[in-house]
Amino acid sequence: MQTCTGKGDLEMKTMHTLKILFSAILFAVPVFVVGSTAALASEKLHLDLAPDVSGDKAALQNGARLFVNYCLSCHGASALRYNRLQELGLTEAQILENLMFTTDKIGDPMTVAMTPADAKKWFGVAPPDLSLAARARASADGSGSDWLYTYLRSFYRDETRPTGWNNVVFANVGMPHILFDLQGEQTLGADGKLQPAASGTLSAADYDKQVADLVGFLTWMSEPQAKFRERLGAGVLIFLVLLFGFAYALKKEYWKDVH
Amino acid sequence: MATNSNFEKYKSNGTLLGNLLEWVDARFPATSMWKAHLSEYYAPKNFNFWYYFGSLALLVLVIQIVTGIFLAMNYKPDATLNAAGLPVAFASVSYIMNDVDWGWLIRYMHSTGASAFFIVVYLHMFRGLLYGSYRKPRELIWVFGILIFLCLMAEAFMGYLLPWGQMSYWGAQVIVNLFSAIPLVGEPLSLWIRGDFVIGDATLNRFFAFHIVAVPLALIGLVVAHLLALHEVGSNNPDGIEIKKITNEKGIPLDGIPFHPYYTVKDIAGVAVFLALFSIVVFFLPEGGGYFLEYNNFFPADPMKTPEHIAPVWYFTPFYSMLRAMVWNFFGLDAKFWGVVAMGGGVVILAFLPWIDRSPAKSIRYRGPIYKTLLTIFVFGFLILGFLGMQAPGYYFFGYKTAMAADGKTILFDLRNYLFSGGLIAQVFTVYYFLFFLTMPWWSKIDKCKPVPERVTWK
Repeated sequence: MQTCTGKGDLEMKTMHTLKILFSAILFAVPVFVVGSTAALASEKLHLDLAPDVSGDKAALQNGARLFVNYCLSCHGASALRYNRLQELGLTEAQILENLMFTTDKIGDPMTVAMTPADAKKWFGVAPPDLSLAARARASADGSGSDWLYTYLRSFYRDETRPTGWNNVVFANVGMPHILFDLQGEQTLGADGKLQPAASGTLSAADYDKQVADLVGFLTWMSEPQAKFRERLGAGVLIFLVLLFGFAYALKKEYWKDVH
Repeated sequence: MATNSNFEKYKSNGTLLGNLLEWVDARFPATSMWKAHLSEYYAPKNFNFWYYFGSLALLVLVIQIVTGIFLAMNYKPDATLNAAGLPVAFASVSYIMNDVDWGWLIRYMHSTGASAFFIVVYLHMFRGLLYGSYRKPRELIWVFGILIFLCLMAEAFMGYLLPWGQMSYWGAQVIVNLFSAIPLVGEPLSLWIRGDFVIGDATLNRFFAFHIVAVPLALIGLVVAHLLALHEVGSNNPDGIEIKKITNEKGIPLDGIPFHPYYTVKDIAGVAVFLALFSIVVFFLPEGGGYFLEYNNFFPADPMKTPEHIAPVWYFTPFYSMLRAMVWNFFGLDAKFWGVVAMGGGVVILAFLPWIDRSPAKSIRYRGPIYKTLLTIFVFGFLILGFLGMQAPGYYFFGYKTAMAADGKTILFDLRNYLFSGGLIAQVFTVYYFLFFLTMPWWSKIDKCKPVPERVTWK
């Protein structure tokens, strides 16, 4: 059976259906978001926000120095070549003199001298390559930078572990607290909170600043072209907006005879 | 009208280019094809928003092929470890990102293109549901389309293994293992697919071959068939009426306009909008919030370390939810097998739409309240299934935790244990998904449709 309706009525009904459809979708989205965030709220790992040093060349250079001095003996960054550090404002001579200990060619990747097989034998687990650490550690809990920033400040003394160290963010971590001379020691209180036990060469605030620089460098390293990508993207979008303007005018012109 | 040789051959106007075209036209149906598929292919004049996604899908296919060619020049399908202890395939992706000129852009275009392809194709398919584009005489267009969708799923699945990250590896492991649930042939079948007892170098190599040669060839062939079939019968439109029924004395539909230049110029505007949205992802959110590039995939594949939660990429999750919804061992066969049947069936059942839809009207504009209601629930359910497919098993909405007795073991009877249970809701919507199609012959026939106009309308 078919019912008859006028054109205006038809139009309204169609619009009405579409409205229902879209409002259903629109309502569904917040339900998902609320649902998912609420579910995570209870299990969520608390991460401290890593300060953004991406625009601070001096901080990133300091991060590179810390990385080479403290990390690069065990962890490689094989996706990055030394000469890429020039993008942080360093000269080739500065890189050669201050940052290169494992190789003498500026175009070489930042790798470690020991083989992964030896590393596994000595440490039980081969220290992972850190080229992409800042991206891999991202999760619903926070960005990868936040994870690294919290992790490097969350080591505590744990005599039950073979290294004597444990970590709040990374339970039973294989790595000892490499930056221990800078931070000093922490212990885990009964309340699950970290407490300072012995001071290092840096104050808590200075230590946080050094870790922020190091994490800034790791973040830069995980995608060295990130800043350029965003600058280029702005240009591309401006171009596309202009293109749309012309394309729309062209369409209007061609379609003016279609009724 | 749409055959290649029905148009008059080009006659030269005496210029050099004119002579050349006449020479070519005498030997190749250049003018004929141009006219049949573009300048004298008459499309309904009332295409709306939903009609951009066909040409956009073609654009994304071109983006994927072109960027894919350049990626293949630098990518190495090799699962062995390099000197730094990283799988060569994984390291070659980093090499593309950091060392190949513009490699990062090419790779982000390709990875974003994969998600964009599915967004565009899902919207394109939904258009078919809105306006009954699959109905007679367009059944074959729809069937070719479903085959394209299947190819696309295979293409995306195999392509996702190539970066050889943790999610690549374990996602492939989970999906290929599903085949082992098929009775009798399952185990040897999954072994045959992998070429090894676990996902390994052999799997990576063959997936690479399929991803860059076999499936794209099938895909391009099907796209050509999809378009030829479309141009044979002509496009549907938002009113779901046949414009070829009312023509002028030359046989040109009164409601038709030549595809070129009208829809080419219109689609250029659509392309600009699409590329702007695409660029926002490529340049500002290349990871798509962890949905387009999963964070865990920045860890190299490690066969010794199973991730806590293995989630497929978002575009597979509605069907993955259907797979997980099957928890019953029907007829003594493993629930996993029924999961595979549900997942595959969820796609295949779409191919039957042209024959199970018996509504007198094609377009939702003239269909009755039953279709409008059921379709709305269908879309909502499909989105919910997609969402639940990304969550770990045992998910509850609103952060609800199962009501337990004080002993921490006995589950208490509480309505919320059912109402908020992701598992149960996935089962409900999976059943709904199939019932929607299985009962369509009945409800589509009794739905109260409105009279369909003779000529197209502007809305």
